[in-house]
Amino acid sequence: MTGARPLEPWRWIGVPMLQVMIATILFSVPLRLFGLQLPEPIFAMTLAFAWAVIRPSVLAPFAILILGLFLDVLWGGPLGFWAICLLIAYGVALAGRTMMAGQNRMILWLWYALVTATALLAGFLFVMLDSKSSPGLIPLAWQFLATIVLYPFAQRLIDLFEDADVRFR
Amino acid sequence: MSLRDNPFGELKVPLTWAAAIALVVAGVAATAILLSDRRETFKAEAYGATRRASDTVLAPVGDVLAAPGRWTGQGVDNIRDYFLAGSQNAELKTELKEMRQWRDVAIALKNENDRYRTLLGLKTDPPIPMVAARIVTDSRGPFADTRLANAGAEKGVKPGNPVMSENGLVGRVIGVTTGASRVLLLTDIASRTPVMNDRTNARAILTGDGGPNPRLDYLRGRDPIREGDRMLSSGDGGVLPRGLPVGTAVKGLDGRWRVVLASDRAPIDFVRILLFEDFTQVVNAHQLNEMPVPPPTAGDRTLTAATPAAPGAAKPAATTATPAPAPAADTAKPPVVAKPAAAKPPPAENTDKPKPKPKADGTAKTPDAASAAKPKPQPKPPTPKPPDGVNP
Repeated sequence: MTGARPLEPWRWIGVPMLQVMIATILFSVPLRLFGLQLPEPIFAMTLAFAWAVIRPSVLAPFAILILGLFLDVLWGGPLGFWAICLLIAYGVALAGRTMMAGQNRMILWLWYALVTATALLAGFLFVMLDSKSSPGLIPLAWQFLATIVLYPFAQRLIDLFEDADVRFR
Repeated sequence: MSLRDNPFGELKVPLTWAAAIALVVAGVAATAILLSDRRETFKAEAYGATRRASDTVLAPVGDVLAAPGRWTGQGVDNIRDYFLAGSQNAELKTELKEMRQWRDVAIALKNENDRYRTLLGLKTDPPIPMVAARIVTDSRGPFADTRLANAGAEKGVKPGNPVMSENGLVGRVIGVTTGASRVLLLTDIASRTPVMNDRTNARAILTGDGGPNPRLDYLRGRDPIREGDRMLSSGDGGVLPRGLPVGTAVKGLDGRWRVVLASDRAPIDFVRILLFEDFTQVVNAHQLNEMPVPPPTAGDRTLTAATPAAPGAAKPAATTATPAPAPAADTAKPPVVAKPAAAKPPPAENTDKPKPKPKADGTAKTPDAASAAKPKPQPKPPTPKPPDGVNP
């Protein structure tokens, strides 16, 4: 509780959003050492989860929309694809936030994995419909693993701001 | 604490509803954007102003960020080369010995090919100009595999241009802006590339699925592929030139034929963008689709105006095979129709005879000519047209 801070939009939405954008750009650098490439985790998933857990917000969905469009532009996918996937993740987390209240860290991690899996499954279906071909499951599993190991960053954001708004304690 | 006991409880529910409505609005906006996206088309305008602007910004940023990685990679390569110099030397000597034999074969084949080309008068593909570029960003997820190269429209790059590394085909350009071009990799889920087996000429479509080894679809015939067969671009459809190295065929864990990409042998840091234009881009489509203008009626004003150009224009059409003079030959026809010889009505017994072939001097009698050769006044000799603005 010592880390609780006032809930100002630029602090809990603006700054983390910028950090996620920078991290995503850094991981898109074409680096390959000893035949191995960098993984491609979805950093924005941590925000989609943490923002929903901290409190419902009008700004957060639009911030996620912008983040999703940023990912589409950076990664060269269909425009709006990641925006929809992240919004689905946010919606699932928002719907389940009352069940997550008071749970310990491991349970929240499981919830985060569930939310990530839902978003990736939605992405899988969208891509399958769009390209009439199913994406490979192995690269999908790698991206899932690379994303769920990022949960400590989401937890850090939750710890910082979850008690900031007394209405949603 | 229950909702009733919480002093801010009455504010909580409206805010939750407002957040839910905001979520729905954002979702609708994202869906509309996704449905209006046209990433897969070859047209430059389909790439969109948003993507062009963002690529213009991302290219220099990625270039700067990628520099440390490039230097690290070069350093690691240098260290590895230093320690492996002995074994590499032996390996290169063996390869050189083998290549010398291939060189002799290649010289003999080239000589033979040149003779055949001369004998057949074969028109071979022209050399393809290239542009070198550096890869500055890289996406390698299951849903999108693209790269951003730092050469764009200013160097003549166009959507559809094939992209190669020093080892093989990497993908093709799907979007171009000033200073950057977006490359769709062969591994992308939207990528479809016509390929062929070098050994059997069996055709297939290389289909990306987000993984490192794209699969081979639409294979036909009995045993069209064996493990280790070399796959090349087939050139079918005209999007890619024929014969670019793509990779090696392997049987995947799922039992399907897949390709280990040749371009994966080394990190893709520099690429060559082939400024390849297929037949449909090179020819003048407008000229090809142009319908021949029907000959005007004898005695018309246009006929008298076109008459002086006829003899000179008709000659090249009869002697050369190039398509360019063809329209000139068409324009040359009407004056021929009005020649005195054609003015004679055709005898009745000639109706069963085969139609006369066109002569080299353009004196063909087409059906139009026959109908136009009914008793009509002989056209007047051409009168020089006064220049514009001069009243006769």
